[in-house]
Amino acid sequence: MDEDDCMVSVAKFYLEFTVGESCGKCTPCRIGNKRMLEILTRITEGKGEMADLDQLQNLATVIKDSALCGLGQTSPNPVLSTLSNFRDEYVEHVRAHKCRAKKCKALLTYTIDPLRCKGCSACAKSCPAQAIMGETRKPHVINPYVCIRCGMCISRCHFGAISVI
Amino acid sequence: MEKKIKLTIDNRPVRVAPGTTILDAAESVGIAIPTLCHIDLKGTCVKNNPASCRICVVEVEGRRNLAPSCATVCTEGMVVYTNSARVIRARKTIAELMLSDHPNDCLTCPKCSDCELQRLVMRFNIREMPFTGGEQSARKKEITAAITRNMDKCILCRRCESVCNNVQSVGVLGAVRRGFDTTIAPTFDRMFKDTDCTYCGQCVAVCPTGALTERDNTDRLMEDLCDPNKIVIAQPAPAVRVALGEEFGMKPGSIVTGKLVTALRYLGFTKVFDTDFAADLTIMEEGAEILKRLKAFLAGDKSVKLPIMTSCCPAWVNFFEHNYPDLLDYPSSAKSPAQMFGAIAKTWWCERRNINPKKVVVVSIMPCLAKKYECEREEFCPDGQPDVDYSISTRELARLIKRANIRFTDLPDSDFDTPMGESSGAGAIFGATGGVMEAALRTVYEVHTGKELQKIEFTEVRGLEGIREATIDLNGFPLKVCVAHTLSNARILMDRLRKGELDYHVVEVMACPGGCIGGAGQPYHHGHVEILQARAAAIYREDEGKAIRLSHKNPDIIKLYEDFLGEPLGERSEQLLHTHYFNKQIQ
Ligand code: SF4
Ligand code: SF4
Ligand code: SF4
Ligand code: SF4
Ligand code: SF4
Ligand code: SF4
Ligand code: FES
Repeated sequence: MDEDDCMVSVAKFYLEFTVGESCGKCTPCRIGNKRMLEILTRITEGKGEMADLDQLQNLATVIKDSALCGLGQTSPNPVLSTLSNFRDEYVEHVRAHKCRAKKCKALLTYTIDPLRCKGCSACAKSCPAQAIMGETRKPHVINPYVCIRCGMCISRCHFGAISVI
Repeated sequence: MEKKIKLTIDNRPVRVAPGTTILDAAESVGIAIPTLCHIDLKGTCVKNNPASCRICVVEVEGRRNLAPSCATVCTEGMVVYTNSARVIRARKTIAELMLSDHPNDCLTCPKCSDCELQRLVMRFNIREMPFTGGEQSARKKEITAAITRNMDKCILCRRCESVCNNVQSVGVLGAVRRGFDTTIAPTFDRMFKDTDCTYCGQCVAVCPTGALTERDNTDRLMEDLCDPNKIVIAQPAPAVRVALGEEFGMKPGSIVTGKLVTALRYLGFTKVFDTDFAADLTIMEEGAEILKRLKAFLAGDKSVKLPIMTSCCPAWVNFFEHNYPDLLDYPSSAKSPAQMFGAIAKTWWCERRNINPKKVVVVSIMPCLAKKYECEREEFCPDGQPDVDYSISTRELARLIKRANIRFTDLPDSDFDTPMGESSGAGAIFGATGGVMEAALRTVYEVHTGKELQKIEFTEVRGLEGIREATIDLNGFPLKVCVAHTLSNARILMDRLRKGELDYHVVEVMACPGGCIGGAGQPYHHGHVEILQARAAAIYREDEGKAIRLSHKNPDIIKLYEDFLGEPLGERSEQLLHTHYFNKQIQ
């Protein structure tokens, strides 16, 4: 784990594991972890709300406090520690729809720098979503509503005109 | 004296015996910790203690996390809080989580107002649903002859699984899939009808929610009662009259026979007869069978099948048909009282009154769900016409009474109609475990010895012990009898029989804990064994209050034999009152 990691994604990654491993016997682990995972997923998709952070905190505390076995009692730890040490990152995801580590795909925006773009259309030809428009030899633009954030265009551009913000 | 453990719960000092759980310790000082998965019908084998719902968590000083009070044993000096902010929040959150995977349609739920989950939600002051998210979708719904299954309402307490496995030893129910997708179902997620399910309904009796309920026949009955072309006749079972009152706020153990008859009349039944009458008839037939086999045995006939086993519980019949098809010759061939009643009503009663039996609808009112299934057995539907058209449970009857605007507690008493309304105390005690045996012994003794019983009660066969045995002196012959309730106890006996190690002469089996008083159609006991005890006591009080206490002295029974049947085990009796069993083993 380093500065390039998204703390929300890290918490989500661990939770995916516990949800997969939960035996389903006790309520807090069976349903609680599933609900935490759903909330984290919402946040990484830019659909989170500030109330979700309180909800997460509450759920994580209760699950840790009341689950039957070690799996459920430890499963909320990544959520609890990231929430207390990296709360600003959570808030950024929710309020600014921004993932500073650029790990949350749904929060990324692919843009073309009009000063660098030569209008070669290499990107547009490679785009599986046909999200890139522009006339030859004129700067191209990416329609953010159509873009599926696959990253294909970046690798095709010879002029370094495309970036992610 | 045993050393007591001292602790405090919510700042109150408590002293309990070693091994007591926090839940029971709290209860002893009037602190009612909420529970959901836990059930313990003390004194019977009905118990579920997986500590899995986590609703009962409490705070224990010095402990890192919260403790499930139902599964945590008290230790010396323990300091427990059952209502701290931390506990209250955890409990509420856990309940909210349950609701987030629940249909929450209480208004139209069959369990509404009698649901343990609903009660918790009210108690925890939950006013909104904070969690949204996916609901488990792979859960099944099924309506069988006896049971309605709606697994969307299951909260996975697994009481049903414990009961089916441990109490009934049928082992139909278990967890299918894991994690969030867990559901409780027969193995391979089959349907009930494709399993060894006996329809005892004990899973229904313990289910805290609307996931498992009875198959509802109330609408059907309402329609029949309103149909001027139909003659609808009622026969309530012995155990109904000592439990129905509970549905109207009366004390458990209230005997409401008179009000029951009035209510049935007000509901529009043309005739209100009594299954107790048919219970006396059962004793006549089964008693004759016992005597016949005994006589052959005493005459040295080695091929006679002993012990003879009772056959009035349809769940038990299912059980031996599925599991012991090699031993089908042992149980008595006598039909259950309800079925005997149907057969007599649609022949004798119809003939004498010049009524077309096709116009008659016989409805049995039973503490039982298996009886619903029993009505549909082919051999009880000669020419496609069922002897008993259908059965409703005690709970369904209570709902009907409420729906028909009848204020039950204010009803006057009235008497059953004749000629199938008179019964003896022996018929009345059929409702409790040991009752059929005791009723049979009363008659067998008098008929066999030709002497009058000095003491009518055979108290040695009463009680809640899972398997009870007694030896009765029949004119010098030691008659060895055994009484078992719940099917796990029946299995113990049947396994011994298979090995040739069961040396009783007569065995009674009832599938439900406590017998029919604990049947799955009765008002829910919610884990309170006192309710079953009160019902059993009422059954024996009812017996004591009867003028006639022996089946063979019931004048209506005597008349039926004189007028129609001839004699027990006679040709007509064999044809109408006896049945045969089938190999139903699932390959
Ligand atoms: S905490 Fe343990 S017992 Fe409870 S569901 Fe998770 S894995 Fe199963
Ligand atoms: S990221 Fe993919 S979808 Fe978006 S513009 Fe580039 S190539 Fe097209
Ligand atoms: S099972 Fe209980 S809580 Fe659920 S809908 Fe039915 S009554 Fe309501
Ligand atoms: S009805 Fe009886 S046998 Fe059938 S699943 Fe329920 S407990 Fe088991
Ligand atoms: S069906 Fe009822 S008894 Fe069985 S696990 Fe579900 S809620 Fe519990
Ligand atoms: S014991 Fe009684 S209530 Fe239970 S299944 Fe048998 S007949 Fe029905
Ligand atoms: S009642 Fe104690 S964990 Fe369910």
